[in-house]
Amino acid sequence: MKEMLHYREIPGKSAGYYAVLAILGVLIALGLGAAYYMEHQGHHVTGMNNQIVWGMPHVFAVFLIVAASGALNVASISSVFNKKLYKPLAPLSGLVAIALLVGGLCILVLDLGRPDRLIVAMTYYNFKSIFAWNIFLYTGFIAIVAVYLWMMLERRFNKFSKPVGFFAFIWRLILTTGTGSIFGFLVARQAYDAAILAPVFIVMSFSFGLAVFNILLIGIYSGTRRPLGDAVVERLRKLQGVFIAAVLFFVTIFHLTSLYATERHGVMKFILDGGNVYTGLFWLGFVLIGSIIPLVFCLLNGFKNSARWLVTASVTVIAGGMAQMYVIIIGGQAYPLDMFPGYEVSSSFFDGDIGSYTPSIYEVGLGAGGFAFAIAIVLAGVKILRFLPLSLANSLVDPHYHSEERSEENETAAGEQARA
Amino acid sequence: MSEQKNQIDEYRRSFLGKGAALAGLATLAPGVILHTVARAKPADEAITGKVRWGFLIDANKCAENCDACVRACDEENGITKFGRPETDAQWIRKVTLRNKQTNHTINLPMMCQHCAHPPCVDVCPTGASFKRADGIVLVDKHICIGCRYCMMACPYKARSFIHETVTDQNPDVPRGKGTVESCTLCVHRVDRGETPACAEACAKTVEGPAILFGDLNDPNSEISKRLASEPSTAVRADFRLDPGVRYQGI
Repeated sequence: MKEMLHYREIPGKSAGYYAVLAILGVLIALGLGAAYYMEHQGHHVTGMNNQIVWGMPHVFAVFLIVAASGALNVASISSVFNKKLYKPLAPLSGLVAIALLVGGLCILVLDLGRPDRLIVAMTYYNFKSIFAWNIFLYTGFIAIVAVYLWMMLERRFNKFSKPVGFFAFIWRLILTTGTGSIFGFLVARQAYDAAILAPVFIVMSFSFGLAVFNILLIGIYSGTRRPLGDAVVERLRKLQGVFIAAVLFFVTIFHLTSLYATERHGVMKFILDGGNVYTGLFWLGFVLIGSIIPLVFCLLNGFKNSARWLVTASVTVIAGGMAQMYVIIIGGQAYPLDMFPGYEVSSSFFDGDIGSYTPSIYEVGLGAGGFAFAIAIVLAGVKILRFLPLSLANSLVDPHYHSEERSEENETAAGEQARA
Repeated sequence: MSEQKNQIDEYRRSFLGKGAALAGLATLAPGVILHTVARAKPADEAITGKVRWGFLIDANKCAENCDACVRACDEENGITKFGRPETDAQWIRKVTLRNKQTNHTINLPMMCQHCAHPPCVDVCPTGASFKRADGIVLVDKHICIGCRYCMMACPYKARSFIHETVTDQNPDVPRGKGTVESCTLCVHRVDRGETPACAEACAKTVEGPAILFGDLNDPNSEISKRLASEPSTAVRADFRLDPGVRYQGI
């Protein structure tokens, strides 16, 4: 008998489910409170100032937006590249993508000086601004992925999921190019102003997005006690490893290119060998914790077939990714503008000084609230709609899986399906 | 007799005619002259690209301890400080430059450079950052959403974000928490035919005037004549933004 994949809502009635939602709810409430306080008092209560104009909210928001487009990768691999094993994971991948983007955008909007003017941002456009383009890229992404999910979940429309998925794949590449270009197009700042930032952001999205997806997938399957076979875990582990290596490669090239240009030696020394918080976050946070350690977990055979190690690797990737965002966004602004080359500059407006920035509790609160909101959307989504297969046992997802291990798993899967 | 009367009539006619012409000239001339001199325009007349306002700043005349321009700007534009230098707005600031090789020190005022190709205008998502036809770069306070992307893009660190509620505003210079602002070239004064407050204050100092204001498009303006005859430069001229503010002595 050919086994079938059955997509079902998660029961979502356990105390654990509600406890997680309650914790997320508290974080969301704190985030909203922080946003209200910042808007009411003005941004002087944050760590941001006229030197560091983008702070912790932007670290969270850009991370989430980048991860959002990366989370869609799993669906793309299934629809665009025809990899059967990823097909059962595709709906969750779309849901996570939308949720992360919504969470990131909420942070970005609530950090605006005038969030009440959201309608202005939606009605006045300057098409020379990459920011204005991003507004379309982000809202378009949500709409396209929503349609993509519909095509995947509605059996009659399954045949359209491939072309729609292809379109979504192209769109997400352009979206991340747009996000990277927010920084890449800043000619005046030496830490940015590099075309390679767009591909750097694309590979970062692959890695960060998959890491978030891994944690949510394994978390939900373990929480609902649905079977999750080694085949899926192992494939995701290898994929994560490849993505981490790719990020490391692109970031290395970015820094090598900058190191070659004498005029950029100052800013590169500041980031890579400055003995400051950015240097620490780069080497310890991004390189060691965010890249080398998870690479070991993802590529060495000793950590094979272990969902737990994959989750550990994914957590370190996210931590390293946040560190890297901090270095890019805040470190890039902290280094002073080279307004008068060859001169030592000083003024009451901190010209020539390294910008000082200490994240405030409100900014971290807003960022964490947005992150929590994204996860809450996923948890609510899988309870309301049939995003997840009842079982991702090896025999169901991998037709070539070894037959001896099959019977045992079949029983579990059949039992689970019967209960549903 | 009749001949004599005719002569008187002619004389009277000519007198009346010349008188009327003189009176007409006296009435119109000041307006015409003032209009030409100051290029003041009525409020309902559109701004044109015939003029391009700018500054020529002579750093050699900018004294180290003088901050007359900064004080005049703060007063004119109602820029109050909250004792928090990192978040307080500064539209114009005194910058000290020390040549790393020679130790030679220069002082100069920095403000919005009113670029012909302003990066702040390019990156603004809503179009709140804009350049007027006469070259003045401004922020439309009604559509600025406070994203601060312009502050990231400006090579001159010219812009400030309003980090807290501002009170006691000058009616000519509306400001508001949560939006970005910078030097307006005292657009409200320029539109009245006056010069910006910093230039006016600088001219009254002992060392000054270090700041000369004028129309870069008018070859007969003092600023154009000096730019044509004396060396000058733009800050970060390599960006080719064609700033409306030029410097001497750097």
